[in-house]
Amino acid sequence: MKSKPVDAIRIKNACKSFGSVLANDCVCLSVRNGEILALLGENGSGKTTLVNMLSGIYFPDSGSIEVNGKEVTIRSPKDAFDLGIGMIHQHFKLVDVLTAAENIVLGLPGSLRIDRSALNAEIRAISKRYGLEVEPEKMIYDMSVSEKQTVEILKVLYRGASILILDEPTAVLTPQETDKLFNILRNMKKDGKAIIIITHKLNEVLSISDRVSILRKGRLIDTVETSTTNAQELTEMMVGRFVSLAIDRAPCADTEQRLRLRSVTCRNADGVKALNNVSFTLMAGEILGVAGIAGSGQKELCEVISGLHPIEEGKISLVLRDREEKISGLSPSEIANRGVSLAFVPEDRLGMGLVASMDMVDNMMLKSYKDPPGFFVDRKPPKEMAERLIRRLEIVTPGTSTPVRRLSGGNVQKVLLGREIASNPSVLIAAYPVRGLDINSSYTVYDLLNEQKQKGVAVLYIGEDLDVLLELCDRILVLCGGRVSGIVDARSTSKEEIGMMMVHIDEEKEVGA
Amino acid sequence: MASHLTSRREPLVRMVKRDSIGRGKITLVRVLAVLGALITGALLITALGFNPVAVYSDMIKGSLGGATGRIETIRLAIPLLITSLAISLAFKMRFWNIGAEGQILVGAMAASYFALFQAENLPRPALIAVMALPAVFHAKWGTNETLFTLMLNYIALRFLGYLENDPWKDPNLRGFPKIAMFSNAAKLPKVFDVHIGWIVALVLVFLVYIYLSRSKHGYEISVVGESTRTAKYAGMSVAKIIMRTMFISGAMAGLVGFIQVSGADYTLTETTAGGTGFTAITVAWLSKLNPVIMMFVSFAIAVLEKGSNKIQTTFKIPASAAEVLTGIILFFMLGCEFFINYKLIFRGRKGRVHG
Repeated sequence: MKSKPVDAIRIKNACKSFGSVLANDCVCLSVRNGEILALLGENGSGKTTLVNMLSGIYFPDSGSIEVNGKEVTIRSPKDAFDLGIGMIHQHFKLVDVLTAAENIVLGLPGSLRIDRSALNAEIRAISKRYGLEVEPEKMIYDMSVSEKQTVEILKVLYRGASILILDEPTAVLTPQETDKLFNILRNMKKDGKAIIIITHKLNEVLSISDRVSILRKGRLIDTVETSTTNAQELTEMMVGRFVSLAIDRAPCADTEQRLRLRSVTCRNADGVKALNNVSFTLMAGEILGVAGIAGSGQKELCEVISGLHPIEEGKISLVLRDREEKISGLSPSEIANRGVSLAFVPEDRLGMGLVASMDMVDNMMLKSYKDPPGFFVDRKPPKEMAERLIRRLEIVTPGTSTPVRRLSGGNVQKVLLGREIASNPSVLIAAYPVRGLDINSSYTVYDLLNEQKQKGVAVLYIGEDLDVLLELCDRILVLCGGRVSGIVDARSTSKEEIGMMMVHIDEEKEVGA
Repeated sequence: MASHLTSRREPLVRMVKRDSIGRGKITLVRVLAVLGALITGALLITALGFNPVAVYSDMIKGSLGGATGRIETIRLAIPLLITSLAISLAFKMRFWNIGAEGQILVGAMAASYFALFQAENLPRPALIAVMALPAVFHAKWGTNETLFTLMLNYIALRFLGYLENDPWKDPNLRGFPKIAMFSNAAKLPKVFDVHIGWIVALVLVFLVYIYLSRSKHGYEISVVGESTRTAKYAGMSVAKIIMRTMFISGAMAGLVGFIQVSGADYTLTETTAGGTGFTAITVAWLSKLNPVIMMFVSFAIAVLEKGSNKIQTTFKIPASAAEVLTGIILFFMLGCEFFINYKLIFRGRKGRVHG
């Protein structure tokens, strides 16, 4: 024990700007050895920019970085490695066709031949020490998301990192996997490593970290001891004012059947079954949540319903008043021609739902530009619609002629959701509608979905945050590997139950109706 | 362990993407680029043993000075402009049609067929050809249109060689492989001493501008160009839009061939296209696919081309040197786009970022 402990990392007055945007404004941050520091902030608050300066991806405009008490210059990821800083990115950087062990030593200097048994033994030793579970000879493409993350962690540990930075590591994990990851982090902390974890989930911050640094709009608001704070206080620091954290669940409107899926099976681009015998009925006036690990068939589910992805077997039909309209096998324009208004807010907002380089006016008419007859487009109605949406949804934009890609994430989503709702849909599919949105915009989205539900629209909500699904939805459908592992009542189920269903199908419980 | 790092400095130069840039600054960068090109060119000319001022002024005199020079320059600009318009339709859709060269030749062959063999019942040919072929393949089987259109260029060129050598050979030339001159009936009329191609070109500038910015087709082209996934999401038939646009693009390039053989050359040779299909790509990019700007850019390129022809004859500067000069100017013009999009930050001037 030293009398005066030195910080593993100390950032002093770091500034970084991109064009006219000041992403980090004189941020100071420190993390001690044997400590877990949570970096909390809304999207665009500068968390990732800050840690990217530690990992050598960005270079600060001004300010200094100290590692173990010495001032250093980090010009590249290699410099960061040499200093013992290891970063686990949100998007994995692994070679699919190599094994775990091969990925771990990839890029390291060494002899021409790899002594595999020695390497495997070494990897197993590190794994055992921290409670990681990995099979060194397993191919990356055979791995689940959480296994891949484990390999990423091993990669930096193998390189002797003593400072670990994890960028939103729980975004892709189930609750059970998150617990496992947190145990590993605690083991590493015991071993004296300094850990920085980026997240915007408050309950995780409270359960894992020793201290929390809160960023807002590029500035450090405060650093507090986790034991002395609570979720409400952290939110207020993060957002800058009081926010109610409860999500309303509007009462169900009169329910009738609206959308029926019968034994729907489809394959993805690689020929793998993405949806397998999926059956359920979506009611008008309800929000049906869809839970599942990323890539369990959520994307395909949205796309088969909206006519963007062909189905192999089964039938999808819409019930409107007394008639039942089969929509499987129809293209989006054919579905629209049948007088069925099907609104879809896709996951990829700027790459699918909107045209990023076009302005609001041109984006408003994306689905309706053909309606008025004639060779030329009429931009007057979409312009009026854009102005209406700006007023009603309080969209922050310099004007209707600003390209939508210049808008912030929340405003982009308001433009997209606003357009889809304006078409008076009978079914509304929203895929991850609050992903990447700040708290305020998220609540606007929940309100809009609730409003649609009360108007009698059938809402399908694909979500990733189980807390939100439990509070917002009426029922929750759980997908596991393209199959429906169950549909539960959101009012009576628990996170643990859904978590179990996300990874395991109980054959008896499987819903076939 | 960190001691060796502390001595290192931050990198000497860093690239930073600009957020936005004022109009004045853009103009300044462009003007500097032109100056830079002229100075570099002057160095080359001096190295060759000529007086750069004399050479430059001769280029201008040759291309813009007299009536003959001007007419010749305009005649060079016409095919360039129409071809740029044609490929800009495809480029706007991010469909990399680099086959304009071949499309021009096919158009020229079709026109020549009528001019040579159907002269008596000449229906000022409405010519449409196989230009849409790559589009069909791309839409149906996802072939790479860049390679496909490039390959078709050679097929068109070689097919023309075959026509020249055998079926269409001028019998009056006793075995010399050349296609006969057109009869007067097959020549385009002239307005103000230049064949009417220039009127066609100006009309097309207007039509393409309206088509892209006001029509439903133009809107579809922009959406498909941005993202085919968005287009499908919006219920557009991407395959149909690609084929339709490529058909129009190819047909316009074909029109260039027709104008060249019946307006400028009065016959068909392997040099009818003469690289226009490729130079037009430069024009289209320099103009940022804007039809109105394309008018000025293609004229400027024509001035360069005519000017370098002139200095070849006046100063006996080798053709390749004149081409290098043109290349230098284009290099600077395209290169300055980098400085419009990025700025460089040098070590030790950090304070400037925050001011």
